[in-house]
Amino acid sequence: MLSKQTKEAFLGPLNANNPVLVQILGICSALAVTVQLKPALVMGISVTIIVALANVVIALIRKSIPMRIRIIVQLVVVAALVTIVSEILKAFAYDVAMQLSVYIGLIITNCILMGRLEAFAMTNNVKDSLMDGLGNGFGYAMILVIVAFLRELLGSGKLLGFQVIPQWCYDHGYTNCGMMLMPAMALILVGCVIWAHRSLNDKEGK
Amino acid sequence: MEHALSLFVRTIFADNMIFAFFLGMCSFLAVSKDVKTSAGLGVAVIFVQTITLPVNYLLQVHVLAPLGLGYLSFILFIAVIAAITQLVEMIVEKVSPSLYSTLGIFLPLIAVNCAIMGGRLFMQQRVLLDPENVKAIANLGDAFAFAIGSGLGWMLAIVCLAGIREKMEYNNVPKPLQGIGITFITVGLMALAFMCFSGLNI
Repeated sequence: MLSKQTKEAFLGPLNANNPVLVQILGICSALAVTVQLKPALVMGISVTIIVALANVVIALIRKSIPMRIRIIVQLVVVAALVTIVSEILKAFAYDVAMQLSVYIGLIITNCILMGRLEAFAMTNNVKDSLMDGLGNGFGYAMILVIVAFLRELLGSGKLLGFQVIPQWCYDHGYTNCGMMLMPAMALILVGCVIWAHRSLNDKEGK
Repeated sequence: MEHALSLFVRTIFADNMIFAFFLGMCSFLAVSKDVKTSAGLGVAVIFVQTITLPVNYLLQVHVLAPLGLGYLSFILFIAVIAAITQLVEMIVEKVSPSLYSTLGIFLPLIAVNCAIMGGRLFMQQRVLLDPENVKAIANLGDAFAFAIGSGLGWMLAIVCLAGIREKMEYNNVPKPLQGIGITFITVGLMALAFMCFSGLNI
């Protein structure tokens, strides 16, 4: 149904070529919004939508963009899309938008976007670009969700705001790990996820 | 004046762009392999931040806010950054070729550095704060202090990390953790150390 190349464009970024773990792109926001699961989910979805749409737009006009000013053209396309998403979030999910604060605006300078536009959308057709955008968006969202899941579960014993660690655990001396809520732990957790990912992939390679 | 000074110190240490907000992480991790290059990038960030942030501050206060065009801020900010970086690049190339050879390659990279854009967005939030608040940016002087402080804080962080990474070359790190993995954990530990500034009250 889908050609091999299209499939590769979608599946590659999910594992072997993950934007966060392997290409080390889009780290800023990945770390900052992962204290709780909900903002991480919203951020992941927003980035996926924006990458996919920006890839499509740039792929459509790729032949008419002069090479010298392509960065500015790309930035304006991305900035327009981010503005739309940010206004929608403010209208329909105000509390999450406030929680994400500047990090929604920072999607503009998210390296995943510029990286994908430069490396893929400028040279590929619309369908492949769409799949590539979706793949990279999901790959990014996946890492966000893994890190946010661990941080919210261990840091405050909740998931999506609901208490999941039962009260009797606390009665028997279990305490939340407050350190998980600190910014530093996000870095260390991502480091550990990279570690796990690399050692798994190395095994498969051998 | 006093307010600008305390804002300046606060922005370098307590509200460090890297360790408190994770801004500019991508180039921070990619370019921090040796001290010399990272110092060059640090200077370039200070440079661009100091030139563009006050311009955007004036635009925000005198154009966007009175006309109610807040929703255009993303596009306007990024256009100003991209245009000024391009302009600075051309001027530096003409005026000082030696400076260009050290800064030149970094300038286009900086247009999409989150630390620069993040500085703008924080500025946009902070002009609304009560002028008594230590974080408020109430006038052009404060904007300059914030711009230089955030750039300096970023440079401090990247030079420190580059120093540690140069030393770490000789350490025996588990193979899958080598390179980027251990760098993340190092930055995490550095961020923990920087947290001791968060109680700072100036």
